[in-house]
Amino acid sequence: MLNVGALENGFVMDHIKAGKAMTIYHDLHLDRLDCTVAIIKNARSEKMGRKDIIKVECPIEELNIDVVGFIDHNITVNVIKNGKIVEKKKLSLPKKIVNVIQCKNPRCITSIEQGLDQVFVLTDPEKEVYRCMYCEEKYSGHRNK
Amino acid sequence: MRHMMSPLDFSVDELESMMDLAVQIENDPEKYAHVCDGKKIATLFYEPSTRTRLSFETAMLNLGGSVIGFSSASSSSATKGESVADTIRVVGTFADIAAIRHPKEGAPLVASQVSPIPVINAGDGGHQHPTQTLTDLFTIRSLRGKIHDLTIGLCGDLKFGRTVHSLITALIRYPNIRFVLISPEELRLPSYIREDVLDRNHIAYKEVTRLEDAIPELDILYMTRVQKERFFNEEDYVRMKDFYILDKEKMDLAKEDMYVLHPLPRVNEIAVEVDSDPRAAYFRQVRYGMYIREALIMTLLEVSVC
Repeated sequence: MLNVGALENGFVMDHIKAGKAMTIYHDLHLDRLDCTVAIIKNARSEKMGRKDIIKVECPIEELNIDVVGFIDHNITVNVIKNGKIVEKKKLSLPKKIVNVIQCKNPRCITSIEQGLDQVFVLTDPEKEVYRCMYCEEKYSGHRNK
Repeated sequence: MRHMMSPLDFSVDELESMMDLAVQIENDPEKYAHVCDGKKIATLFYEPSTRTRLSFETAMLNLGGSVIGFSSASSSSATKGESVADTIRVVGTFADIAAIRHPKEGAPLVASQVSPIPVINAGDGGHQHPTQTLTDLFTIRSLRGKIHDLTIGLCGDLKFGRTVHSLITALIRYPNIRFVLISPEELRLPSYIREDVLDRNHIAYKEVTRLEDAIPELDILYMTRVQKERFFNEEDYVRMKDFYILDKEKMDLAKEDMYVLHPLPRVNEIAVEVDSDPRAAYFRQVRYGMYIREALIMTLLEVSVC
């Protein structure tokens, strides 16, 4: 089995559905970071069969981790300090997500107004429905679950 | 400072107070003729409208205020590429309150987020038209004396009609409202309103295709227009269209105290012969719309009679 060294300081996103690590990499804008990022694809998992893992060597506060909750709140996030897990973050569906997904409604004001944030609000936590804050169009794109 | 983006922005009690104020204005317009002296409303209409814009302007004039604004995007800075946010920042330095109609959904909300003055959504695409809903609620209350324990028929294009969706969402906050949804199969109420609004809130409703079958049990009949272009083929349109034209014959089947409402403009879905029926309330509805807009302006400007 391939081994990736342990993190000294940073965080690990585990139990990512196999094949979705790169989507999270882009949605979290990890490509913009200068720090070390390890992406492990198709790791063996008792629970999931196959899974992806991402290890990031930077303080978690620098990232909008809520985005991961939107993508899949079953992903586990462990914060590492001095080589030890100091916090297991429980992800939940964020109430609001800003500039992660775009409203597809051509009649929405976000399609023409310059400098306007793309804001989606969780309107039905049970059915996990997000709607555009401006036109209330339901987000119908695919999340990564 | 408050804005009016959706009828649900205000609680049932707050709407009740607003309607009480509208009744007082209706009964004694002189008393309210100067409450907005020196105040200005800006009517920012990025797309044409007759009734809504004139209703807002008349409402402000009746309260002693004055009016500035534009009635099409072509006569505004939008043609130069100015954003809605910048327009309201500028207009907010001239006027005390603004009513915005815009073809893009959510434009009034964008304005309200940066506006130094109260903003009223006067219609944003197919999204919301809250003052039409306030008008409908106030009309029902004025004619029936209550907004509860009523059977309300909604007839015509229930799929695309934003006034219908908005009215249903507002009415379910009142007790014992039953709906009869009268439409062709092609124009049924969308499932997200049936399931997420009616079913979830355990609201009683039934769906029928023939107006004649439903009309005898109704307390209010809310008519909307069935447009030919909404049908997939001409044959279906021809087969169905007469079911949704309200005429004297159908009115004969209705209760003596059933009232007919329509957001207007009417094309041919209500025969002209119905206009003289005392139960035809759609032109009175326009008047109620003006009073409730006066009450809304006073509420948002926080002005009252001394």
